[in-house]
Amino acid sequence: MDAAGGTELAIRTRKLNLWYGTFQALFDVDLEIRHGMITSLIGPSGCGKSTLLRSVNRINERLGYVRITGSVDVLGHDIYAPEVELVQVRQQVGMVFQRPNPLPISVRDNVLFGYDLHAGGRRKSRAEREEVLEDALRQVVLWDKVKDRLDHKATALSLEEQQKLCIARLLPVKPGVLLMDEPCSALDPRGTEAVEELIWELRGRYTILIVTHNMAQARRASEECIFMLLGKVIEHTDTAEMFVTPRHQETADYIEGRYG
Amino acid sequence: MFDASPLNRRNARNEMLVRLLLGAMTGLLVLPVLLILGTLVYKGGPIISFEFLFTSPTNGMTAGGIFPALLGTIFLVLVALLASVPLGVAAAIYLSEYAPDNWFTRAINLAIINLAGVPSIVHALFGVGAFVIFFRFGTSILAASLTLAIMTLPVVIVATRESLQAVPQAFREACWNMGATRWQTIRRVVLPNAVSGILTGVILEVSRTAGETAPIMFTGAAFFLPFLPQSVFDQTMALSLHLFVVSTQVPGMPEELPFGVALVLICMVLAMNSLSIALRMYLRGRKRW
Ligand SMILES: Nc1ncnc2c1ncn2[C@@H]1O[C@H](COP(=O)(O)OP(=O)(O)OP(=O)(O)O)[C@@H](O)[C@H]1O
Ligand SMILES: [Mg+2]
Repeated sequence: MDAAGGTELAIRTRKLNLWYGTFQALFDVDLEIRHGMITSLIGPSGCGKSTLLRSVNRINERLGYVRITGSVDVLGHDIYAPEVELVQVRQQVGMVFQRPNPLPISVRDNVLFGYDLHAGGRRKSRAEREEVLEDALRQVVLWDKVKDRLDHKATALSLEEQQKLCIARLLPVKPGVLLMDEPCSALDPRGTEAVEELIWELRGRYTILIVTHNMAQARRASEECIFMLLGKVIEHTDTAEMFVTPRHQETADYIEGRYG
Repeated sequence: MFDASPLNRRNARNEMLVRLLLGAMTGLLVLPVLLILGTLVYKGGPIISFEFLFTSPTNGMTAGGIFPALLGTIFLVLVALLASVPLGVAAAIYLSEYAPDNWFTRAINLAIINLAGVPSIVHALFGVGAFVIFFRFGTSILAASLTLAIMTLPVVIVATRESLQAVPQAFREACWNMGATRWQTIRRVVLPNAVSGILTGVILEVSRTAGETAPIMFTGAAFFLPFLPQSVFDQTMALSLHLFVVSTQVPGMPEELPFGVALVLICMVLAMNSLSIALRMYLRGRKRW
């Protein structure tokens, strides 16, 4: 997939509806997310945040009973178009999960896993790979901590380090969009802070869409904020604005903790 | 104030009784195994020697060794493995990683499990019909091994599928999300983590195969052959059949000879099982998630 094609929008959905079997989880979602932004996605449990996130890299369709109407464009291209190659979509749209899920191989192999896959048969030179490795780990502020442990199993790292590693391994394939589904909820406060800082660091280089249940985090770590309720997008504005002067009563209620 | 109440005492007495009872049951279970092993070692032990293991039977099998049978069993098992492992592992990978979860897949799974319950004599007859007659392999190592392979295929498939399914789903998702295809995911992450389980399954299967008699009796194992097999189209002797022959078919057999054969067979199986357990422990200790 070539670069943004002149458009400023990283993600754009039009009348996106999604059904799990007969249960409709998303209703006419229209979203426009600008390039290089950090956008947080908030809303009560079960409102469809994860579902929305997962339809941006087409991971939902592994479940045979999911049906979708409407369109999702990433960097100006419809990812549900019939000629689209899933592998290309996944390369462009990286995903970070709630529980860190490093592969049970070395730290080095984790970071270079995606890189090697997309390098095709051509094995890159050692120096080149080491450079990619260091660059990715530096971007997630992990290089200094793990540079002596590159050949240790990634599963032996602390949870915070694991989650950073999971972000780092997406970077070598140069994704445009990073999706994060509650990336800090398995971490302690210090880890949370560190990962938040990191996300903030990545701002501008990647478009980041992050689901969180933590109001303070949404407020601290994002530029724009989307509030969802029962499968619909209620409000999408500047984060500062949403938290000070929400336009909808539901948003205000949620922010003040009346939905739990 | 912490003295036992009557209720406490009654509970303690019941606890004691139950423990005794369960312990006694377990003992009853272990006893036959020990008796069998003990008898074999006591009666068959003295006959075991280098000559016994490495020379051919003589004097109408009432003297000499068991070398052709020992070698034959090893051949039969190896050829059976060559057929059943690739086939079984491939089928298991398909069933657990590729096949959609629908009624058809479930029906196939059910069929495989049921196949494991088919008596070995039925497999033997199938082997005669299919390999000996239809494919014209004649009574040969090939026909016997393929019959054994068919018989043990369900075990390989089930063991492989179980170890594949023990690999956490999160690993697969991580790979798919980095744009790995299914096969790349399987080759680089799923298989390396499942290999210990697959290996133990395979070895257990070997030990089962080594002892089978019915499936090879009509398809490729011979009563007595004065020479060693030259190719997979020859017949061969086998330990299990040899045991049957020397214990029931030949008059004037020295008493210790059948025990010696049985002892060798059991030792082979036990060695295989121990190897499988050791391997499992070694590979378990190495992986960590
Ligand atoms: N695989 C699935 N099959 C059927 N229904 C599902 C599935 N996943 C989610 N749902 C339903 O879709 C709705 C939205 O779920 P989703 O996981 O997107 O919510 P969420 O906002 O991420 O919630 P949470 O904050 O708890 O993570 C829920 O009602 C849920 O029950
Ligand atoms: Mg969720």
